[in-house]
Amino acid sequence: MVMSWIFTALVLVSLVFSWLTGQGEALSGAVMQGAQSGVELSIAMAGAICLWSGVGNLMAQVGLTDRLARCLQPVLHRLFPTTCRDPLLAGDLSANICANFLGLGNAATPMGISAAKRMAHGPAASDELCRLIVLNTASIQLIPANVAALRTSLGCATPFDILPAVWITSLCSAGLGVAAAWVLGKLWRHD
Amino acid sequence: MIDYLIPLILFVVCALALGKRQNAYAALLEGAENGLRTLASILPSLILLLTAVAMLRASGAVEILSQLLCPVFSFFGIPPETALLVLIRPISGSAALAAGAELMATYGVNSPIGRTAAVMLGSTETTFYTISVYFGAAGISKTRYTIPAALFADFVGFFMASLTIRLLY
Repeated sequence: MVMSWIFTALVLVSLVFSWLTGQGEALSGAVMQGAQSGVELSIAMAGAICLWSGVGNLMAQVGLTDRLARCLQPVLHRLFPTTCRDPLLAGDLSANICANFLGLGNAATPMGISAAKRMAHGPAASDELCRLIVLNTASIQLIPANVAALRTSLGCATPFDILPAVWITSLCSAGLGVAAAWVLGKLWRHD
Repeated sequence: MIDYLIPLILFVVCALALGKRQNAYAALLEGAENGLRTLASILPSLILLLTAVAMLRASGAVEILSQLLCPVFSFFGIPPETALLVLIRPISGSAALAAGAELMATYGVNSPIGRTAAVMLGSTETTFYTISVYFGAAGISKTRYTIPAALFADFVGFFMASLTIRLLY
């Protein structure tokens, strides 16, 4: 339902502005060109997305998620002290974060949801649950395959040259996001 | 180093699978097939949203939005051209992909704006969607400070994407 409102609003805004700026002709052209570029873009991205999806499937199959989870244990214990006392929950939690890190979005969500379900007690989110959600919304991804596919499809010869920038940015946004959650958790005592 | 990262990952996962006597090729095939399914599921929304974004661009609304937000964006060193992407990123993943693709096509994939858009897309998530999926499944109605903290993380992402591109390229 949200998307209906957004889409209608975008079309309405375009209509109003094209009338104000006198760009009516360009607008109707843009309708068809935009739709066409949606198909062109998807087809151009198909190869890279499918290949990387294959790599992701293989990563999950060889147990790369579990290996990574073991490396991340110390950090996770510090971030989620009470949650990590429950070994099953700790497993789901680290699997969620590691799958996100490897870009296995399809695998990450079910594990994250099962962790969130077991972390939830009552209608209010606990501090650790808030931290988990903030980590999930901040996206820490080793290889942003979709973006690389998009860049390739637009004719970029070196789609991975943005990786260092992506890593620095992801680390800062996840780190400061969790820090903000920690500070807000101290301030937001009663709710 | 980075040039070898992707081919190396490709080799290492295959070698690991072979070491465990697993069928690496079949797993790759299966994943690629799932990739096709993912693509088919986002294709219709990409068509609709690229239409909307192309209309916004042609109508001049994107430029006016950029100009309006220019003082705020410039203050933080974020290119004002990315205004639409920044505003839509936390709400809809496909719309953000459409806005990002349009930016890269308009300004060039290797232009500072094209690169900033790519880093923004690669290092942030569809915040509101993620929050609603997790809290919805867990039956949480009091989200407390999650939304402000998550939006702050997004802001840091947009800010750092602009900063790293300016400094590194």
